[in-house]
Amino acid sequence: MTAVNTAKFSLLLIVIGAAVMAFAHWVHVDYLFFASYTILQFIIMATAWNILGGYCGYVNFGSAAFFAMGAYSSVALHKFDPQTFEICFTDTACMPFHFLDWAFPLPIPVLIIIGGIVSGIAGFGMGYLTLRLRGSFFAIATLALAVVLQTLVVNWDFVGGSRGAYIIRPESVEFAGITINYIEYLFALMLVLTVIALVTARTIERSQLGFGFATIRDDELAAEACGVPTLRLKLIATTLSGAFMGMAGAPFSYYIGYLQPASAFGLEYAVNSIAMPMIGGTTTWIGPLVGAVLLGSAQQYATVTISSAVNLLIVGLMLVAFVIIAPNGLVGLVQERWRTWRKP
Amino acid sequence: MDISWDLLLNAIAAGLLLGGFYAAVTAGISISFGMLDIVNIAHPAFVILGSYLAYFININFGVDPIIVSILMLPFFYALGVSVYQVYYLSFEKRGQESLRGLAFFFGLLFVTEVSLILVFGVDYRYVEAAYIGPSIHIGIVDLPLRMLVPCLVALALFSAIQLIITRTFTGRAIMAVSQDQLALQLMAVDPIRIKRIAFGLSIATAAVAGALLIIIQPVEPSVGREYIGRVFAICVLGGLGSMPGTLIAALLLGVVESLTATFYGPSWAPAVSFGFLLFTLAFRPAGLLGR
Repeated sequence: MTAVNTAKFSLLLIVIGAAVMAFAHWVHVDYLFFASYTILQFIIMATAWNILGGYCGYVNFGSAAFFAMGAYSSVALHKFDPQTFEICFTDTACMPFHFLDWAFPLPIPVLIIIGGIVSGIAGFGMGYLTLRLRGSFFAIATLALAVVLQTLVVNWDFVGGSRGAYIIRPESVEFAGITINYIEYLFALMLVLTVIALVTARTIERSQLGFGFATIRDDELAAEACGVPTLRLKLIATTLSGAFMGMAGAPFSYYIGYLQPASAFGLEYAVNSIAMPMIGGTTTWIGPLVGAVLLGSAQQYATVTISSAVNLLIVGLMLVAFVIIAPNGLVGLVQERWRTWRKP
Repeated sequence: MDISWDLLLNAIAAGLLLGGFYAAVTAGISISFGMLDIVNIAHPAFVILGSYLAYFININFGVDPIIVSILMLPFFYALGVSVYQVYYLSFEKRGQESLRGLAFFFGLLFVTEVSLILVFGVDYRYVEAAYIGPSIHIGIVDLPLRMLVPCLVALALFSAIQLIITRTFTGRAIMAVSQDQLALQLMAVDPIRIKRIAFGLSIATAAVAGALLIIIQPVEPSVGREYIGRVFAICVLGGLGSMPGTLIAALLLGVVESLTATFYGPSWAPAVSFGFLLFTLAFRPAGLLGR
């Protein structure tokens, strides 16, 4: 039953995605692509956060770190030049990298996969070190991770250090004989990633893995006593969650054109990827989607009309208000209404 | 590699002074996280709030920042009590503290930071006081008063808290509530009231820590974030709920950070606390003096 449903669901999302793409192409306003790219990026971040936070109940405050890791792995590979780069073991014995000439510059889909792998490994490592302890240690360690990675990047001159790095992106991309506007290309990639993230989240939710996650969230001790391999499940969740965040970050430098540590590690990524699922509802895949679309569009609107500081304040206040008043988010509110309406 | 001895000694002295200050910042976390099991990641934001209040009053009325912070104690205590009340009613009572409680404090941290940005802007702010500038010399070691005074105040604050916790009835009740809430209830003490007092106390320390921070270095709203990793690293390294452990860990972190800054460059210093945290979590999760 699950298999059929997943296939149908994926097809539905692909159709919706294609429709969005076609519509955006038809309107053909570059700003629309810019704004929607950000919203798609937030959908992926929120969904990724929710795989660990919503399903397992482990809070990750370091979303920005995983995002930035993806972004900076792209920058590093963008700057990497096999013509001149070599690793020297002694003064004379150097290992050149000419044999990689054919591959560089790497296409963005490859960069996305690499970004995902890098952040996935980081997620696994973080989880392995902290998840054997109480849950709050993981949350604190993720917070510290963001600060430390920022320190590392600031000190890493190859990717620009604290000055940041410029990425000059091509005007357009040639794809099977058709020339596509670059921002449209990035948007389409993000759309594909969003579909993958949502399908993954929904599949997890309905699989044995998802039930395992839910037992961890509800009562970890009891779950462990019943033979649920909690540590392994948690590691799967941190790895997946980190990988998706990295993938969301990988094309970012190409989108924005200039990447600096303060913007890549900005607290707004962390707060948004927590606030969006919390406001939408954390137990289903719809929650982060609803939260990201609502909050993302509202922020785009507020940034243009008011100011970016005020819109962050609104996000923070909404987060606090929602966790106090509506613990199950908008989806929870609707479900509650639905239940009382059906059973008067 | 030859190490210059006066550089080394000065780095250690500066580290000890810095460590004393870290102890003041961590004292509050030691109470809330170590004893009450409330993961108050917004604590550094309250510290920054304390810095800005000290700055505001110092610039407008010329009052010494440390005196301001002592006058602020009741207000921060009241703030802490009300934050705990909201936290208790919305999360602890419903048994949802782990996920939503964390999100709540994260939201508080964020709201405080952005509000400060909106009110004061993102410029660095600093205070004026007689002891900012001169320093005393002992042999080859320089002790800038800008660091020495905060360190002494921090140690005084730390001892006061240690005395309150170990010598007074309420303090012992706070230790008791961290061990067994039910048993405390059976002794006819209201654990919620005790927790409220303890949380108020922990936020009150932020007022002093904030004033000390702005004496030591110029402050802008997002400085607090650097302290999140630091304070939790100290708290975990020292052993949860152990005040002497916290002090030792704070001094240790201060010295190691100062040595790192001297010999590798100040931009590497923030990474030290994270290394500490990870090593502690991986090898000795109970901390130095943990039970």
